[in-house]
Amino acid sequence: MSKIIASAAIRGAHSIFERTEAKLARAKESFGADAAIELPNTGYYLPVIYGLIGEKVEKLSDMDKVLGYAKDLLPEVPTENLWLPYLGTTLDAGIATLLAEECHEALTYLDSDPPPVTELWLGAADDVIMRAKGVEFVDGSAPGFAAVVGAAPDNATAVRLAREMQEKMLYVFMAGHDGGVSFGEQLEAEGVQLGWDTRLVPFGKEVYSQIYSVGFATRAAMAFGGVQPGDYERILAYNKSRVFAFVLAMGTVTDEWYATAAGAISYGFPTIATSDIPQILPTGVCTYEHVVSNVTCDELVQRAIEVRGLKIKVLDVPVPVSYGPAFEGERVRKEDTYAETGGQKSPAFEWVRTLDAAEVTDGKIEVVGPELDEIEEGSAFPIGIVVDVAGRKMQSDFEPVVERQVHHMLNFAEGVLHMGQRDLIWIRISKVAKDKGFKLHHLGDILHAKFLDDFEAIVDKVQVTIYTEPAKVEEMRELARVSYAVRDERMAGLTDDTVEVFYSCTLCQSFAPSHICVVTPERLGLCGAYNWLDAKTSNELNPAGPNQPIDKGTCLDTKTGEWAGVNQFIAEKSGGAVERMTCYSLMDNPMTSCGCFMAIIALMPMCNGVMIVNREYAGMTPSGMKFSTLAGTIGGGVQVPGFMGIGRGYIASKKFMSAEGGLGRVVWMPKELKESMRSSLGPRMEEMGDPGFLDRIADETVGETEEAVLEFIAANGHPAPAMDPMF
Amino acid sequence: MSDEKTTTDYSEMSIDPTAAEMLKIAEECEIETVFSRSREIKPCSTGATGGCCKLCAMGPCRLIGKYERGVCGATRDTIAARNFVRQVAAGAAAHSDHGRDVALTLQAIAKGEIEDVAIADVVKLAKVAGYMGIEAAGKDVNTLTLEVAECALAQYGQQTGELVYIPRAPVKRQELWRKLGVVPRGIDREIVEAMHRTAAGTDQNYQSLLDGAVKCALASGWGGSMLATDLQDILYGTPSPVRSSANLGVLSEDKVNILIHGHEPLLASMIIDATQEPEMLTLAESVGAKGINIAGICCTANESLMRKGVPPAGNMLHQELALLTGAVELMVVDVQCIFQGLSEVATHFHTKLISSSPKACVGDSERIVVDEHHPRDAARAIVRAAVENFPNRKDVHIPKVSEPLVAGFSHEYIRYMLGGKMRASLNPLNENIVNGKIRGAAAVVGCSSPRAVQDYAVVNVVRELIANNVLVVVTGCAAITSGKHGLLTPETMAFAGESLREVCETVGIPPVLHMGSCVDNSRILTLLADVAATGGLGDDIAGLPAVALAPEWYSEKALEIATYAVASGAHVIFGGVGSPVENSPVVKDYMIDGWTERYGGSLRFIKEPQDMVAATLDLIDNARKALKIDVAQERVLFDMDMRRELSV
Repeated sequence: MSKIIASAAIRGAHSIFERTEAKLARAKESFGADAAIELPNTGYYLPVIYGLIGEKVEKLSDMDKVLGYAKDLLPEVPTENLWLPYLGTTLDAGIATLLAEECHEALTYLDSDPPPVTELWLGAADDVIMRAKGVEFVDGSAPGFAAVVGAAPDNATAVRLAREMQEKMLYVFMAGHDGGVSFGEQLEAEGVQLGWDTRLVPFGKEVYSQIYSVGFATRAAMAFGGVQPGDYERILAYNKSRVFAFVLAMGTVTDEWYATAAGAISYGFPTIATSDIPQILPTGVCTYEHVVSNVTCDELVQRAIEVRGLKIKVLDVPVPVSYGPAFEGERVRKEDTYAETGGQKSPAFEWVRTLDAAEVTDGKIEVVGPELDEIEEGSAFPIGIVVDVAGRKMQSDFEPVVERQVHHMLNFAEGVLHMGQRDLIWIRISKVAKDKGFKLHHLGDILHAKFLDDFEAIVDKVQVTIYTEPAKVEEMRELARVSYAVRDERMAGLTDDTVEVFYSCTLCQSFAPSHICVVTPERLGLCGAYNWLDAKTSNELNPAGPNQPIDKGTCLDTKTGEWAGVNQFIAEKSGGAVERMTCYSLMDNPMTSCGCFMAIIALMPMCNGVMIVNREYAGMTPSGMKFSTLAGTIGGGVQVPGFMGIGRGYIASKKFMSAEGGLGRVVWMPKELKESMRSSLGPRMEEMGDPGFLDRIADETVGETEEAVLEFIAANGHPAPAMDPMF
Repeated sequence: MSDEKTTTDYSEMSIDPTAAEMLKIAEECEIETVFSRSREIKPCSTGATGGCCKLCAMGPCRLIGKYERGVCGATRDTIAARNFVRQVAAGAAAHSDHGRDVALTLQAIAKGEIEDVAIADVVKLAKVAGYMGIEAAGKDVNTLTLEVAECALAQYGQQTGELVYIPRAPVKRQELWRKLGVVPRGIDREIVEAMHRTAAGTDQNYQSLLDGAVKCALASGWGGSMLATDLQDILYGTPSPVRSSANLGVLSEDKVNILIHGHEPLLASMIIDATQEPEMLTLAESVGAKGINIAGICCTANESLMRKGVPPAGNMLHQELALLTGAVELMVVDVQCIFQGLSEVATHFHTKLISSSPKACVGDSERIVVDEHHPRDAARAIVRAAVENFPNRKDVHIPKVSEPLVAGFSHEYIRYMLGGKMRASLNPLNENIVNGKIRGAAAVVGCSSPRAVQDYAVVNVVRELIANNVLVVVTGCAAITSGKHGLLTPETMAFAGESLREVCETVGIPPVLHMGSCVDNSRILTLLADVAATGGLGDDIAGLPAVALAPEWYSEKALEIATYAVASGAHVIFGGVGSPVENSPVVKDYMIDGWTERYGGSLRFIKEPQDMVAATLDLIDNARKALKIDVAQERVLFDMDMRRELSV
């Protein structure tokens, strides 16, 4: 910490503190000290404050204590001569800054001065986003985030930097401006798609809004790391070791930027600046340097990655457009589309088949039929994408698993939109991509490169044929359909009883160290991303990786789904924290949860049943808790009988809560969840002898209290009240 | 004063210009000082080298020349080791008894027997309770204070088992001590045992004797001294940085000057309070003084500086020089390092010399023994006596020399300054040692001796070490020496090596950190144990790239500190005079090679500052090599799998 930086940061902290104090006073005057204050849809109150000091801010007067805490941390500015040590006090000033900034930003939700959410600025991330995107930080598909403050020297540089970070899979969180110009506005002016889906997230125009980055990181520690609110040492240690974020300061660094950056340093997030400010090179609080300055825009991202100590593996895919997961969420609008295929407009399919090594010429990419430049602009053309793979360890079981990845692989290309799978795909290619020289041949290049890279352990050779000749497309589609049918048959025959091994999943252990998923054919992982075949494939790809076979051993209880081998595995891997685990019960040693679950089952004692809430549902539930609050209760790898995180697919399993009577126990679900599950629940309801059962389940239109649910199910002949007591 | 020229070269006595100024006055007024007497009396060459045994009436035996054995048959090795053990025992007794008195004060406060005194640091109280295995939750401050005080007192009388602080040492170290049978059982017991071992006709094997010294020293380092530090922090507050200044220039021309000298902070703290009382200030005004100025000498100075910013007038060699200014109305002394010559110097001036400890009546001083239950009464009486003495001042000669400084680096503050409240840890220190920005650390501690040129060795060692990127911590009189010579200001970083300077700039610290009094060397033990626990530099104190130096030692306490530092795994270098075991080459070598093998630490005596520095850098570089941090560290970039391995 150079004294110049320390002095500036401490001055900035005082200024931010004073501005917040004044804003709070005005808000109290206008709205009363008891006025409710919250950030949208989060169970973590004001998350930085809640995480670091454990205070739940729910009304304006609750901020008094927080600002009191901040004030105690605010130090004096170092003297000119004979100064006292300033690193510790500056870091304290940084924490005081974060506490004040979060109050300040929460207050904008009350006083709209300025409005926190506009067409450009997104404001705070709610828990739905935090959990959905947090998972990407868990599985490594997002290696970290850049908190960008200020603006690039010009719009073109802004776009180039954004693309570079997208290609490196980083999230870009934007707040703060340099002389009135902000990075977010620069990107917007150039027509770059902004938002969580493209990983380019504009929080707000003032640097204060960077608190939302910190709030995201703080919640990650609580939601995925199981860190208790108020345990600041672990919140910060978790972020230093797990969340690889950094600050890019672009432009004139103001006192308030310094103060905010000082707060980030406590999280282990260093600052890389384009201007010529003093540097802080000795290490210790962050992993490496703390402040590195005078970095040109050309070197900025690379330097930042090194300073943070981040290793990012970027596959060089030989295509003329940008490529990376950040482009997956990019939309290709109709008016931007050059041509499209599938989507009920033309025949289209994709198919991965295993051939003998002799039949596959690695790297052979063939387009059979017209290329993109031979296809009329605005037309819908037929397509058949056939990926032939060969490998000594390839098994037909892996085909559907790897085939499902085609969706992501193609979507990663800028200007390519891909939806669906098998013979229900829909692909759009944008005019911009076409102008940059993108051809259908490049779809093959992408698949060749990605298959060899992602499935290195099982795939030795890959050739891709892209059919656009209508007759050929039809012909090959018939062959593919035969293969799809065989796979479906095989899947239907896979049950927990017919296999000898289950698989563990500890993919999210970097974030949730104490949770272990057990994935069985009839119960997929609670994040919904991994079913048994996925886990099996993953284990083949990476034998020492996060998916380990569990020899299920003797069955101890067929009803609850308890196996000796599973217990032994769980006890060993959890270090004895969890000794028994059942696969089919909510009440008896249920599986633990990380933070990534798609939905939560919660006991409804009065109804003698359960409710299920999916993470997209932001409203209140009859349990008296929103999803976010429930999630906070069950996460972190502990068994909580009566509450459990699940993948949506498990609801349609025959083994869904079978120990407690199965689907018939469900008394409440959000409407959206009900509808999305309707078709897959059909067979289950047939088995129950109650094809209209879904409509006996209450939803938010019935009410958000257990009493209302009870009344509804009683009136609609729901089976749960008549079933055995749940406990 | 007379302008008559003298022929004495004062630069042979001290490099401090105030010393020359005062010694000139002394010489002109024909007042003896420790400086002049040390030129008169040569040290006994047999005693200085540990060759004289006077344990019994068959001797004393001087084992010099052809004599290899004493009358009883004792060898040179036995006699050198035995004398050394006794010196260590005396030092351990002094530091530990100091700790006992603090514990008794704390106990009396908890029982409400001392009016109007409250403890200052409840956070430290809870932490110390934790070290002692005392549950702090749900207890009021008095109950907890009493339990802590009683546990502390019990350490003195404990007969078996281990001292309660032993688990604060690195696990590896504890295991070694247990294996070697040197874990102290009770503080008093180990001191008594050391005296018993060395009684005529008892322990005769030098290695066994030196293990006795180790056990006794550890009882102080990880016992009495550490308790003194901890309990004083509870009582008076854990130090954090303060500004002050040092040297005789801190005495005031126009205020009443009170000097506090010795080691125990209780009375000093009361005196400081009393000087603020309106009644005393009015009294001062009534005698024509512009106020009351308080300054310290020796370790009372350090204790009061660390917690209250009271300026040190000088280190122990300044005690007589301060009186020679004629500006001191009163000097109050308690225990340790108080020269008997003081009272003779005082008779030449109006200065009142007051002995305050029931244990020590100094020279012909007046005695105001502090009633430990009513210390404020004594403090007020002392301040009143000082003020009333102001009109008796005659010629005043205060050198216009003092240097600003920053002190107050407790172990707790060092953790804080490296990460703030929420990230407090030693991690940045360890990492910058690993990456080589900090080459190593040195503790420059100990006294100031008239047998050497005052301040010369300390100042040169400190300057040279920081220039070589070695971070220095200082305590005791060496700390005051550093302060007097301007080495404790943050601006001193300009003289540090480039990479150490970079770290100092980052944290905002001087490259020389004042960690307290000589009893506070226990803070350095705590710091070293924490460095080992923080990781990256092995798992023990032995092997750290750190060295302890006492370039100008004089006291038995210094030998005790050296011994517990060695036993804790540190290499120690003593300067100035030669080895007190010089008469036995076997024992002298054993303290280097034998102790290195046994404890991973060593004690060597090196005369010249440049040789001490060279040896220090060698020891540091060897440690770096053994830790494999002597080469540039590669930057590790973390992918997802590697992150999963990181602890949170």
